[in-house]
Amino acid sequence: MPSTQPPSPSWRSGITDVGAGGGAAVVVDVVVVGAGIVGAAVARALAVGGARVVVVERGQAAGGTSGSGEGNLLVSDKGPGAELAMAQRAHELWPALARELTEELRAGLPGGFPDLELEPKGGLVVATTAAGANALRTFAATQRPAGVRAVELDADGTRALEPALTPEVACAVHYPDDAQVQPVAATEALLASARQHGASVLTGAEVTAPLLAGGRLAGVRTTRGDVAAGAVVVAAGPWSGEVSARLGAALAVLPRRGVILVTTRQPHLVHRKVYDADYVGAVSSGDADLQTSTVVESTAAGTILIGSSRERVGFDASLRVDVLRRLALGALTLFPALAGVPVMRSYGGFRPYVPDHLPVVGEDPRLPGLWHATGHEGAGIGLAPATGELLADLLLGRTPSLDAAAFSPARAGLLDGQAASAGAA
Amino acid sequence: MSARAADPSRDPSRPGPTTPVTITVDGEPVTGVLGQSLAGVVMASGRTAWRTTAAGRAPRGLFCGIGVCFDCLVTVDGVRDVRACQRRAVEGAVVTTQAEALPTRVTSDVRAGEVDDA
Amino acid sequence: MPEVASTKDHDDSANDGVVVVGGGPAGLAAATAARRAGARVVLVEAGDDVGGQYWRHLPPQRPARDEGQLHHGWSRFTEMRRSLLADEGCEVLTGASVWAVEARAPHLPGDAPVLRVVLAPIGGADAAQREHRLLRPGALVVATGAHDLTLPFPGWDLPGVVTGGAAQAFAKSERLAVGERVVVAGAGPFLLPVASSLLSTGATVLEVCEAAGPAQLARGWGSHPARLLAGPRVMAAKTAELAGYAAALLRERVPYRTATGVVAARGEGRLEEVVLARLAPDWSPVPGTERVVAADALAVSHGFTPRLEVALAAGCALREDGFVAVDDRGATSVPGVWAAGEVTGIGGADLAQVEGELAGLAAAGAVAHPGTHEASQRLSQQLSQQVSRLLDRRRTLEAFAGRLAAAHAPRAGWLAQVTDDTTVCRCEEVTAGRLRAVAAATASTADTPAGARSLRLTTRAGLGVCQGRICGHAVDAVLGRTSVGRGAGSGVGPVSHQRRPIAVPVRLGELAALPAPDHQTSDHQTADHQTADHQTSDHQTPDLTDSEEPRS
Repeated sequence: MPSTQPPSPSWRSGITDVGAGGGAAVVVDVVVVGAGIVGAAVARALAVGGARVVVVERGQAAGGTSGSGEGNLLVSDKGPGAELAMAQRAHELWPALARELTEELRAGLPGGFPDLELEPKGGLVVATTAAGANALRTFAATQRPAGVRAVELDADGTRALEPALTPEVACAVHYPDDAQVQPVAATEALLASARQHGASVLTGAEVTAPLLAGGRLAGVRTTRGDVAAGAVVVAAGPWSGEVSARLGAALAVLPRRGVILVTTRQPHLVHRKVYDADYVGAVSSGDADLQTSTVVESTAAGTILIGSSRERVGFDASLRVDVLRRLALGALTLFPALAGVPVMRSYGGFRPYVPDHLPVVGEDPRLPGLWHATGHEGAGIGLAPATGELLADLLLGRTPSLDAAAFSPARAGLLDGQAASAGAA
Repeated sequence: MSARAADPSRDPSRPGPTTPVTITVDGEPVTGVLGQSLAGVVMASGRTAWRTTAAGRAPRGLFCGIGVCFDCLVTVDGVRDVRACQRRAVEGAVVTTQAEALPTRVTSDVRAGEVDDA
Repeated sequence: MPEVASTKDHDDSANDGVVVVGGGPAGLAAATAARRAGARVVLVEAGDDVGGQYWRHLPPQRPARDEGQLHHGWSRFTEMRRSLLADEGCEVLTGASVWAVEARAPHLPGDAPVLRVVLAPIGGADAAQREHRLLRPGALVVATGAHDLTLPFPGWDLPGVVTGGAAQAFAKSERLAVGERVVVAGAGPFLLPVASSLLSTGATVLEVCEAAGPAQLARGWGSHPARLLAGPRVMAAKTAELAGYAAALLRERVPYRTATGVVAARGEGRLEEVVLARLAPDWSPVPGTERVVAADALAVSHGFTPRLEVALAAGCALREDGFVAVDDRGATSVPGVWAAGEVTGIGGADLAQVEGELAGLAAAGAVAHPGTHEASQRLSQQLSQQVSRLLDRRRTLEAFAGRLAAAHAPRAGWLAQVTDDTTVCRCEEVTAGRLRAVAAATASTADTPAGARSLRLTTRAGLGVCQGRICGHAVDAVLGRTSVGRGAGSGVGPVSHQRRPIAVPVRLGELAALPAPDHQTSDHQTADHQTADHQTSDHQTPDLTDSEEPRS
């Protein structure tokens, strides 16, 4: 694939023979560590931009955080600032991206590539107390000047959108731009598209050490061989701290556990993404203790997802019945009619958490050649296309459409590495 | 016909007297033997299928018979997703069959009732 | 060490003695043995009576004078049940589904993990608003058994096609035959009691089709199965049981055909005819040998797969063949947790009882407090004699079970019957063709430990209400990553799809009504504590990863 951009000498590998035969190192322009949705989006953006890319993944595509969430594309939970700007950019990108992916991947597959289930279904944020209503109105008022469509509904309007919602609503704000996507299908589609643009994906390959050359990171050693590259992008989600530490420049990323309940298939009862207004507070909190705030939504399969909890317990994945209890309580506060609905599964995952809650996208100031794309916490699915675009812009020497400085790894609080080593234990 | 009850006069277990139990299935009364499962009562009445699948709209009935496959789900007295092979029939139980389809997609174009307070 | 209320939690955790999950042959034997050894016991059974699938029987509302005619070892069952129900030291909870097991890392390295078992004990199956109960086992015995493994074929989702287990369960507990004209097919000795049960209800069994061919069968049974009758007594009893079933088939002139399998079930909205074919030694259908049999029911079973939810939630390691790994006394990889019966390997009810007895004795040893020192010594002497006798029996029966497993284990050619339009995942109606196509499109090699996870999530195979219990192994097999048909084992593949932290569905209203945890005994730790704990204790937390296929 010919590059449409002038090659940048800082990342373009000087060696042109690409191949893995005979145990020789694979040589590419960029190696992306992690085949979650962020790694997949980064790989695709780079490959479309003309770079030769290999994705190395310890497990399988979407095997970590990407396969453990609801698939949120939200603006409703974001106040004015850099993350909202990224979300708004992602919101612009998603519909066209979904169409492109569907087009690219249509050929040759009976029934088509798995549906991304991109649904612009909108979100409804609901406060059930007077205090919550005030906070919600205040928050929405700060969002509107930043371009967020946030429409307060009266009781009839609320009922029209969600007939099964509790009548005990103190305030409801409709965010028409919130959407949902099937995160694993989206990850696989981005990877499949990246492959069509010349990238390759190496699964079951764990990064063990850096390849260094002249003070630069020049590739990675993996359990499936060396990959030499002009640049390394660590997109390992909550494991980014551990991976970047192995490469010699730890990043302060911690896992923040979340649990979601899945019901059996139900008659269509929940139409939008419906949140308790507390959700906004929980997302922006840094508290390590368990917090639950309610998110209820249906999937294209007819199941209902009920989230979400947030707690910092390391990578401890053990079941806690009390978390399930609190999630259920929250769901029934919003939708009393769900009391008889069976939960058939709970699942959990680890969000990549950084103390200032902002994604980390850019080159590491300590080690040239090391790039980061992580720290999206619970928003990585939605933010992935904008993240891929931003990183590719920076790495390929294009002018980014977002304010890159806000996401820079060089900002305060990220580079001490302490938290990362604790989280990786 | 399909499922059939053993003939008590030829049953090696020498059954004692039984008590009838009547349930309704989608409004139709169906009588079985007290102690039977809902699935047993329905099958003994000659019916092999009662659930309709969401995607293919295909009929389903008993499969594993021991509560593992969830193919035989019914609604009982308004409570959904009861395994008919696991629940004993009680007099007057109101059984309705389940046939929900996949949900239709929602787009955000609904504006009814919105209050413009911006 | 972090400063947490560890001792209190430990004390609380042991107050329910030996908790036995599962009231089949293994669980009953475990409970009986644990009581004999002096431990308090809670026996938890999901059905509304004990007995399990093996002694599944008529409900009290419709008694029969000679119910034992339908069973083997009936008097042993009724005696175990009678004595456990009459025993004040044993609480028998029926209709009680274990839906969650919380297992926390121990506070000291080498200690047993802190286990808490949550039950929904009151109300009918899948009722709403059941009362929930929390047990804190001093020792846990997992005796959850197994269910039929049915390998997919075109039309297996038609009403009228049932598992062998379904046919037997309805014959035994309802005196109802699943059809009037029934074909029994699949593999394994279990086909014989299935056919026999159907005959006892007056159904016509058209034929019994065993997939294994003569050469494969001879490997397990020997060329003269009757010689087994002259073997050790325990084995002779087992063989005689099977011979009894075979005699019933002979009496009714039911053909028993080897190297024969179902290649399709057909009908309009329900089963009307079964297409059978001769099978090659690798179990692939031999072209041109198909024949059509009109039938209104087809009972199919290709073996058994363990019910692993409780064992996995407790953190127990599995063997390569997918069963719970145990030592010869039933100890699992998790201190304080034992397993017995079919969940540890398919061996039949006699072996299950021996395993249950061993596990029950061992578990009791972990919690029992006999009064005096002499009493304790006397008891332990008696017990050690019992144990060595049981271990002998166990070895003999295991050898027999191993031979049977080899004689009937699925072989790789069975996949030839899974045409592209065959439904593999029944709940989400995912065909084999769809699985294969998406695997190709996503370049899923499915050869890594993470397995076919992403493929399940993109196709929804295994994400439906049965949570992959029925299709899990078949999905793995269709994707080419399984031991089904690849070894002499049970036909059980890897466990990538087996983690189900919510062991049976529980309703939101029930979850919401659970009591809030008591802060005094809460073992919630902050992130810093947790991390420090793991670093200093070097403890391997049991792998409690949530279910593998999330977003459903």
